[in-house]
Amino acid sequence: MSDIVEKTLTALPGLFLQTQTGGEAAAAKASLSSRLGRPPRHQSLTSKHEEEKLIQQELSSLKATVSAPTTTLKTMKECMVRLIYCEMLGYDASFGYIHAIKLAQQGNLLEKRVGYLAVSLFLHENHELLLLLVNTVVKDLQSTNLVEVCMALTVVSQIFPREMIPAVLPLIEEKLQHSKEIIRRKAVLALYKFHVIAPNQVQHIHIKFRKALCDRDVGVMAASLHIYLRMIKKNSSGYKDLTGSFVTILKQVVGGKLPVDFSYHSVPAPWLQIQLLRILGLLGKDDQRTSELMYDVLDESLRRAELNHNVTYAILFECVHTVYSIYPKSELLEKAAKCIGKFVLSPKINLKYLGLKALTYVIQQDPSLALQHQMTIIECLDHPDPIMKRETLELLYRITNAQNITVIVQKMLEYLHQSKEEYIIVNLVGKIAELVDTFAPDNAWFIQTMNAVFSVGGDVMHPDIPNNFLRLLAEGFDDETEDQQLRLYAVKSYLTLLDVENVFYPQRFLQVMSWVLGEYSCLVDKETPDAVITKLYKLLMNNSISSETKVWLIAAVTKLTPQAHSSNIVERLIQEFTISLDTCMRQHAFELKYLHENMECMKRVLPVNKSCEDMVVDASLSFLDGFVAEGLNQGAAPYKPHHQRQEEKLSQEKVLNFEPYGLSFSASGFTGRQSPAGISLGSDVSGNSAETGLKETNSLKLEGIKKLWGKEGYLPKKESAIGDEAEAQPIPQESVIMENVDQAITKKDQPQAHMQSKEEKEKQLLASSLFVGLGSESTVNLLGKADTVSHKFRRKSKVKEIIKSGETTSTHNMTCSSFSSLSNAAYEEDYYLDTSQDRGDKGLKKFSLNSELLDSELFTALPMVKKPSNCSMSAPSLFADNNLEIFYPFPSTPAPAAKEISVASSLSEEPTEHMHSDLMEVCSNETISVLSYKIWKDDCLLMVWSVANKSHSELKSANLEIAPAENFKITEQPECCLPVMEAESMKNFQHSVQMEEPFTEGTVSGFVNYEMIDSHSAQLEFSVTVSLLDFIRPLKISTEDFGKLWLSFANDVKQNIKMSESQAALPSALKTLQQKLRLHIVDIIGNEGLLACQLLPSVPCLLHFRVHADVLALWFRSSCSTLPDYVLYQCQKVMEGS
Amino acid sequence: MIQAIMVFNNHGKPRLVRFYQRFPEEIQQQIVRETFHLVLKRDDNICNFLEGGSLIGGSDYKLIYRHYATLYFVFCVDSSESELGILDLIQVFVETLDKCFENVCELDLIFHMDKVHYILQEVVMGGMVLETNMNEIVAQIEAQNRLEKSEGGLSAAPARAVSAVKNINLPEIPRNINIGDLNIKVPNLSPFV
Repeated sequence: MSDIVEKTLTALPGLFLQTQTGGEAAAAKASLSSRLGRPPRHQSLTSKHEEEKLIQQELSSLKATVSAPTTTLKTMKECMVRLIYCEMLGYDASFGYIHAIKLAQQGNLLEKRVGYLAVSLFLHENHELLLLLVNTVVKDLQSTNLVEVCMALTVVSQIFPREMIPAVLPLIEEKLQHSKEIIRRKAVLALYKFHVIAPNQVQHIHIKFRKALCDRDVGVMAASLHIYLRMIKKNSSGYKDLTGSFVTILKQVVGGKLPVDFSYHSVPAPWLQIQLLRILGLLGKDDQRTSELMYDVLDESLRRAELNHNVTYAILFECVHTVYSIYPKSELLEKAAKCIGKFVLSPKINLKYLGLKALTYVIQQDPSLALQHQMTIIECLDHPDPIMKRETLELLYRITNAQNITVIVQKMLEYLHQSKEEYIIVNLVGKIAELVDTFAPDNAWFIQTMNAVFSVGGDVMHPDIPNNFLRLLAEGFDDETEDQQLRLYAVKSYLTLLDVENVFYPQRFLQVMSWVLGEYSCLVDKETPDAVITKLYKLLMNNSISSETKVWLIAAVTKLTPQAHSSNIVERLIQEFTISLDTCMRQHAFELKYLHENMECMKRVLPVNKSCEDMVVDASLSFLDGFVAEGLNQGAAPYKPHHQRQEEKLSQEKVLNFEPYGLSFSASGFTGRQSPAGISLGSDVSGNSAETGLKETNSLKLEGIKKLWGKEGYLPKKESAIGDEAEAQPIPQESVIMENVDQAITKKDQPQAHMQSKEEKEKQLLASSLFVGLGSESTVNLLGKADTVSHKFRRKSKVKEIIKSGETTSTHNMTCSSFSSLSNAAYEEDYYLDTSQDRGDKGLKKFSLNSELLDSELFTALPMVKKPSNCSMSAPSLFADNNLEIFYPFPSTPAPAAKEISVASSLSEEPTEHMHSDLMEVCSNETISVLSYKIWKDDCLLMVWSVANKSHSELKSANLEIAPAENFKITEQPECCLPVMEAESMKNFQHSVQMEEPFTEGTVSGFVNYEMIDSHSAQLEFSVTVSLLDFIRPLKISTEDFGKLWLSFANDVKQNIKMSESQAALPSALKTLQQKLRLHIVDIIGNEGLLACQLLPSVPCLLHFRVHADVLALWFRSSCSTLPDYVLYQCQKVMEGS
Repeated sequence: MIQAIMVFNNHGKPRLVRFYQRFPEEIQQQIVRETFHLVLKRDDNICNFLEGGSLIGGSDYKLIYRHYATLYFVFCVDSSESELGILDLIQVFVETLDKCFENVCELDLIFHMDKVHYILQEVVMGGMVLETNMNEIVAQIEAQNRLEKSEGGLSAAPARAVSAVKNINLPEIPRNINIGDLNIKVPNLSPFV
């Protein structure tokens, strides 16, 4: 141990001894310095044990001091500091917590400060003692002393109980207007804290946040950015309007408009810039319009950042990040790419790391950047710093393709072998498995890599990985022989792995092996099942194997047993495990035993190599029906499923409440159940048991998991010729690399290549194998410089192209849509004219549909548009000429009443088998009148509107529309809609109406618009009242069903109604209800009646009523909570009304 | 957000521990130990960033540290903080300490750990960066120090005398007597008049 520690520890007793004398920190330091002058007295003090003893001693003396009534607050302050120190070292100082709170409450300013500090270090948000602090905080927030307010705000932002936020919230809000900027700033951060722990409590002060953003003090504004960053991260769309403000702020900061105070190493407010750039990146993501606002300022930031200090790199990094996050702009991207180069090529390791991070981020958008920096990446791959390696692997993971997979995975495995952190292993193993699934070049490699993954990843990896692997083996691909080879290879490799002595494989790996061996070892000729069983048996006897794996093993043995020649080992195994203490193992052993006795059955149950075939299993166990029936006959109780038992329990509880129908109804319910429902149900199911069996047998089917590993692998467009070769014939990995390199070298003409040292060459070898397939060239350019320019150009032009094409398509759309509307208009008028414009019209229609028009077509199409519109222009005059006489003598008086009646009668003649209301006029004027009636159909309410033309002239485009109303679902019934209404004719419209929520009364309103001959259009509005009764239909059910339903409904309403003399008798009252309310009378028992109805579409409501002298006791139940109230209201109306 | 700030010496003895996210006491100690072992393994010439240990949340969190003579300053942050920014924040914090203590050393952190916490409170509040301007931080701390000095100096003498008198006269000390800080508030001496 170093001198410092020794000195410190020897100094400790001196420090602690002063507790009793109430010494001050200054005194402590003084005594300390005197002590330091001396050599350490006790060498033994350096041991951990001694330290513990010393501290425990100190703690006990502190305990005595703090609980003594004579201790002054000043001493207490000293004690608190000591307690904080002990607690930091990991010793329990919980006895002092309450005293810390007391100190914060009672002390003067200095003591209070220590008290608050101790509280914020000792306690946590959910600590019960914290509630005692709330009052103190409230008091201090109201204090006139700035220091007290500051302390209170600080403690609030560190720890504060969530449920007590309302107590201090108004006070803190008030502080946002405080004259001191430090108070405002702390208040903003305290509110931020509230926003984090209870976002809905501070929702109402969002406007105040905006005010803070516009604060005249930069510090307050910077503090408010914390809140905005958080809110924008959650929901960027809500704050797009602030983009301008953020951009302006950043512009001012970058432009050096801030006071010099805010500069750090002559960089203006770097942390503020970083924050702002992050916010802009979030705001501009996938949003071109918002992004355009920030291009200028980003450009400015990139330009201004003179690389003289670390912190400028921090800004630059954020800037690059933002540029790549927002909607792309080619110039900025180019500059940002250059900046990434500065990072990657920097000798400073921190910057290099960030460069890799940036590359990882942008690599998907611009793979050529990786090519540019390939040599640096290779260097980082062998970097001694593991985090650099990890970041590099992350980068490589993103650029993996079918050609470089072997090298990349090899690198990843190397790293995996070195790392011990569990989360790293889990993460990397997942990535490798994903890559292998997607790009594996050949069988042998696939199996070997997966073996490595399993043995390293072991039991920490995600369980999906072995599952996916097994499913892949079992299901195979399109090529059957290929599948068999893969399986064969897997079996062989596992057998060799198991041959190795004294190696411990992870449990998951053993499980995978046992499944594969059990399923596919029959594919290996020479390896007889007996040998495999022996191996598995040896594993089974191993103590280090978990019981779960043993179950897998025994399952594998069971599968192999039918193929085995001798059964010695199997019998031994059965013997040993039928007496196993593990019940699961014992069950498997017994299963094996019985199957073993019946070889015939066993072969049928466990077919060879059929893991993917579906086996037909009678899942309903219908073959047991006879057995069950026999049992029932002998008086056994029928089986009831869990939910039924639950239900019965509930209904039995109901017996206890003394309501009239509880008893009788539940009894009827029971009789229904007591019939041998079990059997009938069973046989019902057994009818389609084959189907259910199909679904349930296949244990390995993992539905919904995408199959990733295809024969082809993923081949991007810019794949090289080398890749094709490597792909076509699976060759061992080394030869792939060699071949790649050979070709790469031969194709590369740079003279420098010859002069490179051996080491360099090795690196380039690696580079070429890593970055193969990334660039669009067929060769891999090692220096990566010759082609960078072309890359950039291509990129640039591509972006431009996209923008251009985007523009053109949008203009196309614009023109098309305008054309189509034009053509539509033309179409209508065309129709009225009934002229033969069909041909041109069709052309137009086609034109409007076709959105991919070329310019030439545009031009040819234009005259066609003109033609019909010309015609329509001339249309009115033509029309007017023909009908001149009719036009002027317009009838000013309304149509005679007699006529109306005839119209009405014609209407009611329409065949309606349903009940309907009387026809009534809902609105009218001199030209038209609208009549309406309702048809109460069984499934909906049908409203029929008849629009009658009372004038002597034709009406054009008469149309009736119903405004959408809340609570109603209105659908128009299709019918022929004549655009022209002849004089004195009428036209029908139908709407079916559904009620969405029960209510008493609502209105359906709409309007009719029409066009007179003189082409002025008019509109007439109307509305019709619709009541709940329109949607009530009788519910025809039996008494028994009524009883069941009654019990199942939870919402009930009771009410007594006084009846008038006339209907005092039950039948008459019932009749009224039946007629007026359309209720169905289910049953009448004595002076009680049962009624049922339903609200369309299917909400039942049940009514029980009893007549008692002249009082009618109504009792409603329904599945809908509000319906009974409304029905009751209607009943009352009906009973009182009659 | 900053999850935790840890300062420990070359032997892993914690000198300042501040968590902004709740962890139970034992876990806090384990995190400090784990972090120490992670950081100790690293040479001085490699990256100042590393992934947080498994206790603190694995690769979602970054440890950003600086090594000064006998002390490691480690900030544990989530992905919303800029690595280089935090690295400079550590520098600001240490420079501020240096200004406040005049050649800060490990012992200052031990014997004035309350003061160190106050300085930290001015830099980071509730896990968010509050102030990065060193002069501003020092000004705040000095304002607070003036308080203390005045109490320990002239104005403290009468207060001490008063407390002595009280101890003689009364069998038990009244708990809530507020004395001192004469230049800040009107002294609360009414019980003695």
